[in-house]
Amino acid sequence: MELTLDRITHRYGGMAVLQDISLRIPAGEILCIIGPSGCGKSTLLRLLGGLERPDAGQVLQLGDPPQGCLNPLTYVFQDFALLPWRTVAGNISLVLEDHGIRGRAARAIIDDVLGRTRLSGFADAFPRQLSGGMKQRVAIARALAVNPAVLLLDEPLSALDAQTRELLMEDLVALWTRQPFTGVYVTHNLAEAVRLGHRVAVLSRRPGRLREVIGIDTPLADRRPGDAELETLQARLWDMMREEAVAADQELLNA
Amino acid sequence: MPDPRPVPFRGGGFSPVRIRWAGPAVFALLLALVEWGTRSGWISNLTLPRPSDVAATLADLARSGMLWTHLAPSLTRLAVGSAMGVIAGIGIGIAIGLFSLIRAGLVPLVAALFPIPKIALLPLFVIWFGIDEGSKYALIALGTFTPTVVATYGAVDNVDRTLIRMGQSFGLRWSSIVAKIVLPGALPGILSGLRVSLAIGIILLVAAEMLGAEHGIGAYILEAGSLYDLERLFAGVVILSCLGVATSWGIGVLERRLLRWRS
Repeated sequence: MELTLDRITHRYGGMAVLQDISLRIPAGEILCIIGPSGCGKSTLLRLLGGLERPDAGQVLQLGDPPQGCLNPLTYVFQDFALLPWRTVAGNISLVLEDHGIRGRAARAIIDDVLGRTRLSGFADAFPRQLSGGMKQRVAIARALAVNPAVLLLDEPLSALDAQTRELLMEDLVALWTRQPFTGVYVTHNLAEAVRLGHRVAVLSRRPGRLREVIGIDTPLADRRPGDAELETLQARLWDMMREEAVAADQELLNA
Repeated sequence: MPDPRPVPFRGGGFSPVRIRWAGPAVFALLLALVEWGTRSGWISNLTLPRPSDVAATLADLARSGMLWTHLAPSLTRLAVGSAMGVIAGIGIGIAIGLFSLIRAGLVPLVAALFPIPKIALLPLFVIWFGIDEGSKYALIALGTFTPTVVATYGAVDNVDRTLIRMGQSFGLRWSSIVAKIVLPGALPGILSGLRVSLAIGIILLVAAEMLGAEHGIGAYILEAGSLYDLERLFAGVVILSCLGVATSWGIGVLERRLLRWRS
């Protein structure tokens, strides 16, 4: 299944946050969206998954979600969004219950996704007993449980410390390598973008316009922190972002 | 080179520590003071009764079975009245929290009802619901209803919106979002509102019993007061205090059981 953004424009109370964005999200690839803060990248993600309606333009879905897909467009949130009153297994079961999946069938799915996110043995733990990185892995496991066609990740690593972030990035790469998924990954962290993106879309400052889309050919599994080629790319992205961020601050001053 | 000195400690404080003995100690100290004062005479027995006499009165009351004669109707009134008020309050509070039209229609009404001293309405309730139990139930129900409504819709409003968005993003049904996300999320606020509501319920119980009841803690206190029988008056007050402590403890148990995920 493919997603296409067709000339999306969005405003909040008269202020334009996104302007005329057209973008194709091909199946089986991760697209990273970066941009200075306030450029509407999270808004773009909410529009993509139907949590918000664009003022103009439309989000189009091409083709049908694969068989056995319970929730085609599935989010992973920055703050995990786990129910504190449910255990790890209960949080995953939450998204299965409405599809009539209970008991043994649910147990099988839960065991499978917890295994894939290296959380076997934590099924009965409550979120408060887990570290931040583990909580986000639970959220990823929950997303995998519904067998999504497109995974929409909204700064999933931003609430985590640097080491945990590094580990989780490796986890995401391993997950994709085992079973390629379509992903849209919004972040302000350029290192994450060049490690996880097959393509990186750069948005301008508010109102967000598409500045450039850069393809990265190195396979995800071969990308390492400190890789010279990625560093160069990251520096190039930073140059673009820097211009935008500085200009955005100047505009605040003159506003 | 100057001598090394330890850096002075400036943190600490501003965080409540649980001290179990202090509460009972204050009680015991006050009682001992009054007992000593009444025995030695510098507190006249017109001002305060002797605590040991109050205890003896309570023991008598229990032995003669009169304690139960007064306590049973009071507890029934409190239970029936506050159950009606709390159930209606939670129901309407949730409806206000979920539906904008109901919110727009009922919040001003609740705000208008809230500050009315419900005791002032008792004569009216006697006409509407009769001098018997009906008017007492109605008074307690109305008194517990308004704080419960306010606490409940406040609690629903405070449920983490990101959790609700999460539910929507996974395509959960509306009813599932309400039952599995909104209600459990609002439960802590509803329970703490219940504490206030039940305390108000006890106050109104006594007020209602003072205006026309044969039996009940309120009637017992009123009778003792008009005879200026301080031992019995204070015995009644002690029973009310115990009732308050018991309901608060009951809600504490409920909280620990239902909100185990919090600690």
